[in-house]
Amino acid sequence: MHGVETWVAAILTLCIFSFLYRDNPFYKFAEHLFVGASAGYLLAVQYQNVIRPNVIVKVSHGNLLPLIPLFLGVILLGRLWDRTSGLARWSIAFYVGIYSGIAVPAYMQAQIFAQLADAVKPWGTGWQMVNAGLILLGFLSVLAYFFFSAPHGGAHGLIARIGIWFLMVAFGASFGYTVMARVSLLIARVQFLLRDWLHLIPGA
Amino acid sequence: MRSGPYVVTFLTGAVLIAIFFIPHYRAQQVQATILEWADVVYAFALILGSISLWTTHQKRIKTRAPGWIFSYVTLGALLFITTAGVVQGIDEGTMVGRLYNMVNAPLASTMFALLAFFIASAAFRAFRARNTEATLLLVTAVVMMIGRVSIGEFLWKGFPPLTEWLLDVPNLAAKRGVAIGVGLGAISTALKIILGIDRSYLGRS
Amino acid sequence: MAAERNATWARRLLGLDRRVIFLLVALATALPLLLPVNLPITASPRVRAAYEAVDALPRGSYVLMSLDYEPDIMAEVQPMAIAMFRQCFRKGLKPVVLTLYPAGPGLVESALRIASTAEGAVRNKDFVFLGYKSGSQAVILGMGDGLRQLFPQDYWGTPLDQIPMMKGIQGYSQFPLVVNLSGSSIADYYIRIAATRYHRPLVLGCTAVMATDYYPYLSSGQLRGLIGGMKGAAEYESLAGLFGDARRGMDAQSLVHVIVVIFVVLGNLALFATGGLKRNPLDSGGTT
Repeated sequence: MHGVETWVAAILTLCIFSFLYRDNPFYKFAEHLFVGASAGYLLAVQYQNVIRPNVIVKVSHGNLLPLIPLFLGVILLGRLWDRTSGLARWSIAFYVGIYSGIAVPAYMQAQIFAQLADAVKPWGTGWQMVNAGLILLGFLSVLAYFFFSAPHGGAHGLIARIGIWFLMVAFGASFGYTVMARVSLLIARVQFLLRDWLHLIPGA
Repeated sequence: MRSGPYVVTFLTGAVLIAIFFIPHYRAQQVQATILEWADVVYAFALILGSISLWTTHQKRIKTRAPGWIFSYVTLGALLFITTAGVVQGIDEGTMVGRLYNMVNAPLASTMFALLAFFIASAAFRAFRARNTEATLLLVTAVVMMIGRVSIGEFLWKGFPPLTEWLLDVPNLAAKRGVAIGVGLGAISTALKIILGIDRSYLGRS
Repeated sequence: MAAERNATWARRLLGLDRRVIFLLVALATALPLLLPVNLPITASPRVRAAYEAVDALPRGSYVLMSLDYEPDIMAEVQPMAIAMFRQCFRKGLKPVVLTLYPAGPGLVESALRIASTAEGAVRNKDFVFLGYKSGSQAVILGMGDGLRQLFPQDYWGTPLDQIPMMKGIQGYSQFPLVVNLSGSSIADYYIRIAATRYHRPLVLGCTAVMATDYYPYLSSGQLRGLIGGMKGAAEYESLAGLFGDARRGMDAQSLVHVIVVIFVVLGNLALFATGGLKRNPLDSGGTT
């Protein structure tokens, strides 16, 4: 980015940061611009990268098959009116069917089989064995916690409680990393303001 | 006719499960085509969402709802970027490409960067060691926050190995449980949808 | 008397205006950028594993690199891309690069330009940029053996048949390593398809928010290495002997983290002093 573009980006960045003081018209402007610009960009992307190459170009070359998804897409817009909203069910059914079909084998192979196989591999010796035992205990107890078909009482309740402890440690780790992620973005914005806009720190 | 959509779901779902087990390139081509079609339907779902966004803001302007004047900004940006993107394209160097770098990117990253401030404030107000579970959460988070950055190692050499252990053992165990739980949940929901047992995704009509 | 004084002090602390915290966070971010001290960085085993997965490849090997992010998270992921490209060029590896995000090409081009200029690598001889392709999951599936159908030409319009480096490259089987730098569920697709279905060694670089979720896949061998967030990127830079944006940001990371931790500790001490640990957490006054 150069010149005017850097200035616009910097001013919009400051508009968003102004919310830290309190809600104000500059923030509201930037917020509304963000919503409109994001939706507009998304639409343009979908047109240029999906509808044009997959439908318009193909149909113009005599391939009429893409008219099927085009038809399904158009009837999805039927949801805008009460009288035609029922038509959209066909498109939703098609879309949901596809991703349900993909989910079954993909989850089975990558998330169930691969993870179960790893959970029961040989434990090793010494600390490795202790850690492997802890992982198995944690994994089984978390599964016990998520088993809601029976009340969490007796031995099940006790194991589920251990599961909660493991979950809390995992959530604590995730929280730590989330702070890091947000701070990273903040650092990048401050780097942009100080380096690209104000030239107070040396370039990359 | 009313059960027609369920038949569509069953057929598409069953075909895609079957294709997974057929490595023949024609089967893979069929899968690629179906996924391409799904992309087209998804594009129209986004168009539907944008129309809904448009009507919502139009209504705000009409009823002079609080802050209605800013709805013009949303509508203007939506209309302008969509039109320019459709007519000129969105690649680097086009007007939309430049607007993306100048407007969308800084706005999106600053919105998320804003959370750094709120996460700090929220941690101060709400992160409390009230019971065993909350204490575990708090202690792990504090250890991770200190141990994963350079100053942690500077303060105590034991921080990095401790954070590695937390990630490699209790975190791994819990995330594996969650992954398998999510996997089983996703598979059972998908099967219920394909077999027509769960029909809630199509609503009442 | 002392207890009462403590309680008064604690109540005052709990009622602290959140804008004071905001100001401290802002200063903790800006000051280390203006006055860096460059605290040392030690690579964690997972980042080292990622680095070594690339380093262990024999000279001339092809690496499929899918860079799937947009400018909003580039602070975390772009430094990884630059460091990895430079490592590949130094080692004589040949990255074949693509992006599944429409706003990705500009970032990939910029990373490739920085790395190739620094290491003297030549486009279409030492690396190829295939550009963007829509349909994330379909593309990842299609690259099983149909890479040329998906990308008949490179980003700048040169047909793949005219690029000698791409001769015979059809799909995953020609790549001894796949790298995905991502900030979204595309990482899951690569794990399910490239790593699990096509059994390709996979290295993942992702945002810090996502990082902890992928440890089970490291243990199961579905991932060969994991680079998490800006810290991971800084570790990778230090392994590659580079000093990029990630390392420049680490002093600020440290200071902001220390401030957050201090506030968490102070918040708990103050609430303890007022005897409020049993009360509702949001009764302590103020908003988040």
